[in-house]
Amino acid sequence: MSEHPRVIRFADVEQTFGRADGGAVTALDGITFDMGRNEFLAVLGPSGCGKSTLLRLIAGLIFPTRGTVSIYDLAVTEPRDEIGIVFQSPTLLPWFDVLGNVTFPLRHKYGRVSADDNARALDLLKLVGLTDFARKRIDELSVGMQQRVAIARALLLDPDILLMDEPFSALDALTRDEMSFELLRIWSERPKTVLFITHSIPEAVLLADRIIVMTPRPGRVREVIDVGLPRPRSMATLSDPTFHALANHIRGQLFSRAVA
Amino acid sequence: MRSQITSAGSSSAVPSRKAVIAALRVWGDRLAPAAAFVGLVVIWEGACRLFAIPSFLLPSPSAIVRAGLEVSATQWLGHISATLRVALMGYAAAIAISIPLAVALVNSRFLSRTLYPILVIVQSTPIVAVAPIIVVTLGASDLPRVVITFLIAFFPIVVSTVTGLMATPEELIELSRSLRAGRTREMLHIRLPFAVPYIFSALKISITLSIIGAVVAEFVAAERGLGFFIMFSTSFFKIPQAFAGLAILVALSLALFRLCTLVQRWFVPWSLPKSER
Repeated sequence: MSEHPRVIRFADVEQTFGRADGGAVTALDGITFDMGRNEFLAVLGPSGCGKSTLLRLIAGLIFPTRGTVSIYDLAVTEPRDEIGIVFQSPTLLPWFDVLGNVTFPLRHKYGRVSADDNARALDLLKLVGLTDFARKRIDELSVGMQQRVAIARALLLDPDILLMDEPFSALDALTRDEMSFELLRIWSERPKTVLFITHSIPEAVLLADRIIVMTPRPGRVREVIDVGLPRPRSMATLSDPTFHALANHIRGQLFSRAVA
Repeated sequence: MRSQITSAGSSSAVPSRKAVIAALRVWGDRLAPAAAFVGLVVIWEGACRLFAIPSFLLPSPSAIVRAGLEVSATQWLGHISATLRVALMGYAAAIAISIPLAVALVNSRFLSRTLYPILVIVQSTPIVAVAPIIVVTLGASDLPRVVITFLIAFFPIVVSTVTGLMATPEELIELSRSLRAGRTREMLHIRLPFAVPYIFSALKISITLSIIGAVVAEFVAAERGLGFFIMFSTSFFKIPQAFAGLAILVALSLALFRLCTLVQRWFVPWSLPKSER
């Protein structure tokens, strides 16, 4: 990724949180890594390793106790427009229809939605495969479809960076696989710098250019893995020997940690 | 129904046994509440006649209806409108004050630390006991009655609205903050709409409390209204007439509760569970 300009940089980032009893918990410790333009980076680790904290630091929702997080070489001091977020649950608004949910960021930020904005939102719905669902109510959609709406919503302001916090973990296994390939298709049509947080090893290997494997309490980078599987990836990738070798390697890493 | 019947008994025009049983079951389920009510009234009437219960102890339904018809429609309307006016004014005041108050409590730690305990104390005070004091303090007008109604009706709205405002998914708040939309828009676009189902459950509780508040106030000091009418009737041992007033009061309360549900269904249907839309 060295040929691409740097988009995100973590430089020796530490994040501690105060506890109610006055003590402090170190969520992240000594985190250093770069992300290049349009790179797909997966962050993999057990729960409690500070994966979500990482995402919130980039989003400018929290700020590091030590070290710096920068986007385009500028330290993050507040939330920035270049970022779209997809959360674990779709978190859609039941009082709007599908289209209203996709355009919500504009309505929320500027107080109005133009005809152009609606047209753009319809394009995004087409991109995520929900062309005919623009006027449906949210509760008429399956969770998988709701998460597609959430992806379209995150893409509305055409962000350079897409932050995804275990976006498919609430889906059943079949929908999850389907959504992984959908995400790859969307990413190839609208290239973005993607930080994808997950605790699924196959998901990380299938999707990412690089994988950061983290250790818990405090969250540290255990290993950074170049996936190197050819793109475009497909069902065939799942039976590629490299895929299995990588998955086994990561499993070994996480398992040795669990035993120790 | 028709398609069910024809498909079930295609050989003849007579509906099949199964279809008839299914139809009976559906209608039985629909009519069950009304049937139970009618049954209760019939048993009540029968018991009053069979055991010759004196009407000042428990008047029969027919005696209540007769007593109700002896009072003129204009008189009834006068009492109903008086009670309704006080109840709705108190209710409106409760809504107008409780929802902004809940927003303030959620936004300010200082207010929630100082004001909330006071609200709990007010709520814990038996308003019935305070009512005579309020009437003496505020004088003879609708005002003390509206204040009493307000005091009885406001608390559930505050508590429910606060709960609703706090129940917004954290991720949506983060979405709002990542868009730098500001606290006002966060409240208007996300927190308040999310609180709507909570607010409506409180509004349904409070509308019936408002009727109770109006009646309590009329018991203390009034010259009109259904509460006054019941007091007046009992003091002259016109028990069937008091029961007639009570029946109208219950009907009024039920109608207002129903109206709340309809308003919710008309204006914010998404806030209802799917089965109730």
